[in-house]
Amino acid sequence: MARMKFLCDAERCIECNGCVTACKQEHEVPWGVNRRRVVTLNDGVPGEKSISVACMHCSDAPCMAVCPVDCFYRTDEGVVLHDKDLCIGCGYCFYACPFGAPQFPQAGAFGLRGKMDKCTFCAGGPEKDNSPEEYSKYGRNRLAEGKLPACAEMCSTKALLGGDGDVIANIYRERVTKRGKGSEVWGWGTAYGPPKGTQAPAAQPAPAPVAGAKS
Amino acid sequence: MIRASIVAAATLAVVFTLGLSACGEKEQVIVYKQGKYQGKPDSKPWENDQFKGNQAQWETAIKTRNQSQNEYTRAE
Repeated sequence: MARMKFLCDAERCIECNGCVTACKQEHEVPWGVNRRRVVTLNDGVPGEKSISVACMHCSDAPCMAVCPVDCFYRTDEGVVLHDKDLCIGCGYCFYACPFGAPQFPQAGAFGLRGKMDKCTFCAGGPEKDNSPEEYSKYGRNRLAEGKLPACAEMCSTKALLGGDGDVIANIYRERVTKRGKGSEVWGWGTAYGPPKGTQAPAAQPAPAPVAGAKS
Repeated sequence: MIRASIVAAATLAVVFTLGLSACGEKEQVIVYKQGKYQGKPDSKPWENDQFKGNQAQWETAIKTRNQSQNEYTRAE
């Protein structure tokens, strides 16, 4: 089995934030922590694009490289996880991550940082699978139940794909070849009109009434 | 007299050589050393009550879930 990966299809994402909600609900993520979020480029402009972003479970993860206490590990399935018992909440991983994935809950007054929290690909952490300890620290372990991440599985438009990297790449490739791109995509013309440089077909004038005909 | 000056010159040369050796160029680039995970060990996702260590069964479950994300196959 290849490495587990997320792939977000920007043509399909409708910025519904369902993935964010699913993640929050599935793991009971506290206030102020967003393991997943939807980013929109050119918001409000025709042709805007949205993608859902979380930990990308990098093959060569910068968070792992900078962690001073070496609390990160990568599973055989390619999921980057960390041990919260070891994390000191220094925030180095946050500075290193290009996706802004590491999150820090407020631990007490004066904005004191708690232990780092991030997307686990619904794979829990280094505790007994599906135990209360694992759930309270890392959230639900869906992978151990033979399921894929909740965000991807409940995505209404299936914009967010999650799972075996090779398989989801094949699904995405099949989609792109079937639907085309840009204005070839179904619904584009309805939403944004004809492509630039082309003339919209003129509306057909109503046929002239025939003399003597009754309406 | 000449001998003393030769000795003095030789001594100076030795002192300069030794003194300049301290100015030798040293490697300034930090060599990155890969850290090793220091936390608790984690079990495999199939090592639990549900799959009872059956990796093939777990992989089949994941593959099925993977394919259910492809509506082109679901619609056919």
